[in-house]
Amino acid sequence: MDAQTIIALGSVITAGLTVAIGASAAAIGEARALDRGLASLAQQPDEAGGITRTLFVGLAFIESSGIYCFVISLILIFANPFVDLLAGG
Amino acid sequence: MDVTHLSPDEVIFWESGFVKLNATIVFTWVVMAVMILTSWLVTRRLSTSSDVPKAQNMLEVVVEFLRGEIAEVSGGDKPDSYLPFVGTLFLFIAGASLFSIVPGYVAPTASLSTTAAMAGAVFLAVPIYAIVCQGPRTFLRRYVEPSPVMLPFTVLGDISRSFALAVRLFGNMMSSAKIAAILVVVIPFVFPIVFQALGLLIGMIQAYIFAVLAMVYIASGMTVTETSEASADRTKHRERSAH
Repeated sequence: MDAQTIIALGSVITAGLTVAIGASAAAIGEARALDRGLASLAQQPDEAGGITRTLFVGLAFIESSGIYCFVISLILIFANPFVDLLAGG
Repeated sequence: MDVTHLSPDEVIFWESGFVKLNATIVFTWVVMAVMILTSWLVTRRLSTSSDVPKAQNMLEVVVEFLRGEIAEVSGGDKPDSYLPFVGTLFLFIAGASLFSIVPGYVAPTASLSTTAAMAGAVFLAVPIYAIVCQGPRTFLRRYVEPSPVMLPFTVLGDISRSFALAVRLFGNMMSSAKIAAILVVVIPFVFPIVFQALGLLIGMIQAYIFAVLAMVYIASGMTVTETSEASADRTKHRERSAH
């Protein structure tokens, strides 16, 4: 196995693991937030507008951690900096 | 855009020396042209009678919705000063993702350059709105407000939230475009349509989230530093506008 193969192997495995772990953690977080949000909506339907907006904004913040993982896995697959480093050096 | 392209930046339509026309620029222009043309056609014959044209009615619903959301987030006073900026962000992102029902089109928001430019605009809008409304002293005092030790963290927070704003929109739009491209290769019949529909829903939610977050950031640049004088001013203003 030359260095190129090792980098490719490591990148693919790490990219898969990054998305798997990152997505499941973000999904658990979002599910908990949605759980509480639905409970509050059922208790206070009058406050639906405020609760829904806060819920969406909160979900966006939680989701960004999952999206960071997704972007990192994309960088590893499509734009891996170490491949160029190896080819250049 | 097929599976091997990371973003529409890599699809180049026309090239002459230094100047390149990639899919991002071309589709941004298409979205801009269609939206400008539509609003020009609709606002050409505005009516205030009970007989309102359908298109005018639709645009009024959108503008009313935006004004309501902005008023709620910013604390109820003068949504019209934020409407041009926040409303444009919402309409452009929503329009860019709505167009993906056209085959061959890729949302320009699926490119990090577009979303980074919009997040940069929000990054600049926060101090501009705060300085215009409250003056530079009040705005700068926010950075040293409980103690000057917090200064690097506040600056870091400002930068990282703009970064998150750009990456969130890019990640969502690009992933839905990419999932559609992969599904067309794997299962070409019926199934991709379901994911296209999901992509449309995600695009609308992301447009809403981007606009609301931009508004939240602009509002947070102003209300955190609110002095008793400013709040008294605002109560006076609200009482005046209530009459």
